[in-house]
Amino acid sequence: MQVTSPVRPPLVTGGKTVSDVTQDISRHVENKPTKLWIMAFTLSVITLCYGSYCLWTTWYKGIGMWGLNKTIGWAWDITNFVWWVGIGHAGTLISAILLLFRQKWRTSINRAAEAMTIFAVICAASFIVAHMGRPWLAYWALPLPNAFGSLWVNFNSPLVWDVFAISTYFTVSLVFWYIGLVPDFATIRERATGVRRVAYGALSLGWDGSAKAWQRYEAVSLVLAGCSTPLVLSVHTIVSMDFATSVIPGWHATIFPPYFVAGAIFSGFAMVLTLMLITRVVFRLEDYITVEHMESMNKVIVLTGSIVGIAYLSEFFIAWYSHVPYESYTFINRAFGDDYWWAYWSMMTCNVISPQLFWFRTVRRSIAWTFLLSIVVNIGMWFERFVIIATSLSRDFIPSSWAYFSPTLYDIGDYLFTFGLFFTLFLLFAKFFPVVNMAEVKAIIKSSSAKKDTK
Amino acid sequence: MSKSTNYIIGVFNDEDVLMDAVSTLKSSGVKIQEAYTPFPVHGLDDALGYKPSNLPIAAFLFGLTGTICALLLTIGTMGFDWPMDIGGKPFVPLPHFIPVTFELTILLASLGMVATFLIISNLKPWGHDPFMFDGRSTDDKFLIVIDLDKNKMDKVALTNLFKQTGASEVNSKIVENH
Repeated sequence: MQVTSPVRPPLVTGGKTVSDVTQDISRHVENKPTKLWIMAFTLSVITLCYGSYCLWTTWYKGIGMWGLNKTIGWAWDITNFVWWVGIGHAGTLISAILLLFRQKWRTSINRAAEAMTIFAVICAASFIVAHMGRPWLAYWALPLPNAFGSLWVNFNSPLVWDVFAISTYFTVSLVFWYIGLVPDFATIRERATGVRRVAYGALSLGWDGSAKAWQRYEAVSLVLAGCSTPLVLSVHTIVSMDFATSVIPGWHATIFPPYFVAGAIFSGFAMVLTLMLITRVVFRLEDYITVEHMESMNKVIVLTGSIVGIAYLSEFFIAWYSHVPYESYTFINRAFGDDYWWAYWSMMTCNVISPQLFWFRTVRRSIAWTFLLSIVVNIGMWFERFVIIATSLSRDFIPSSWAYFSPTLYDIGDYLFTFGLFFTLFLLFAKFFPVVNMAEVKAIIKSSSAKKDTK
Repeated sequence: MSKSTNYIIGVFNDEDVLMDAVSTLKSSGVKIQEAYTPFPVHGLDDALGYKPSNLPIAAFLFGLTGTICALLLTIGTMGFDWPMDIGGKPFVPLPHFIPVTFELTILLASLGMVATFLIISNLKPWGHDPFMFDGRSTDDKFLIVIDLDKNKMDKVALTNLFKQTGASEVNSKIVENH
């Protein structure tokens, strides 16, 4: 029954049958949480509690709690925002763009990657709201009729575009993710009894798996993928325009949109790898998330990492070639200045040099190397945003305004808040929702599963 | 009018056998009520004679609504309701409105299509534990359901036909009509 392609390596190993897929994935939803899960969850909730205290203080007392000064008005807040939004991009890329490209290996990882997208965007939004200073007035960013004589938001401003881009991105990703979950909830519903049957029955929206329903489901998936593909590219493009449309040397660059999108995919894939390499071990999903998946993602990382590297070099070249003294100074200061050279070279090492190791097949296929490099890439991408934001601002046009940014405990605490939130949500997702898209994996079992060992 | 409907259900273990069974049944003149599968089987909708879904058209119309709303919003507020002189730029700089227009197009197309899908498929979180002919069809079984009253063949003939096409089980179910 099962066919192994002579050309392509199998996507699902271990000779799994369709029923095995249901068993292996539903098991984690149905069993009691493991000790490891409880430990990880406790740690996440403690981090979340400490972070919530810091975030509450920031909200209550204002952003003076951060290390900002009048020269450096954006630092960790916007760095963290861009970092989290970037991480979110991998989920949509995997589920939408790889669906349009008919890349079947996406099926094992798209569910978790999309969940990661949604949680990452929530984390990103927390910084946007906090950095407004008066978060309870966040609705002022919306074009609502108001008491100021209908003074509307300025639709020329990239910050307003960002409000639309991020909220659309969040909504569409959430809907896409949920529609994909519906058939799997129905599978769990049919196996469950009592309260769990009622709960998963409600979550499954009464899905019955009829041919008509599947036909519509496929039509919806394809159109949502078609919508999400330009959407995901637009989101980081617009985020980059927050900087590129300004006149700050170091920000004012036409290269920003493609450079940011490549960086977003780069960091997103790294985060997917970090999470999936842990998830496959904890939930014993080694047959579904295989070394082949890891290698495919590593190839995307080496591609996008190289694009990012070329963007760094182009920026430097253009700074010289443009003959704009401010631009040249900003870049020389970034790399060789006394204040931030360490941030710049951390970025260069982590983002440009380290992913080049993935040209070697042994490194691409080594779990230890991949795990290590995926974390290195995310550290590097955090530094990239910090370098762009803080170093460009630190040397103002007037030397008397030059300043240095040092984070306070609240900068760190608010960052920890997002880690606590992200991992709390991800662990809840991993426990109560099927972490692998069962229906989609079942659909490829016949064509892409390894034969059972005949012993 | 009978108060209940008699269904006969062919249970299959493999999607290719199911596809062959559908075409065999169709060519024998059997009217198939519906097929149930654990995952989308490509070509099954064609084999059953379903027309392609009109949902993409709904998505396009919702998207168009989004485009129009966004243009009305941006041009209306910035150009007419409260024109602002921003660095001497035009009041209605259309290129600046592309991002918001694009995002609202995508947002309305996606939400509108998904809402349409949920409504026409009667998918909602409350009020119904859906009727399942066989719960295993969400796991690894493929079902073909035939309404006995709408077919000329009797139960024995249909059972034999199912067996010939490779069904692993043939069950019958009487469903009370609402």
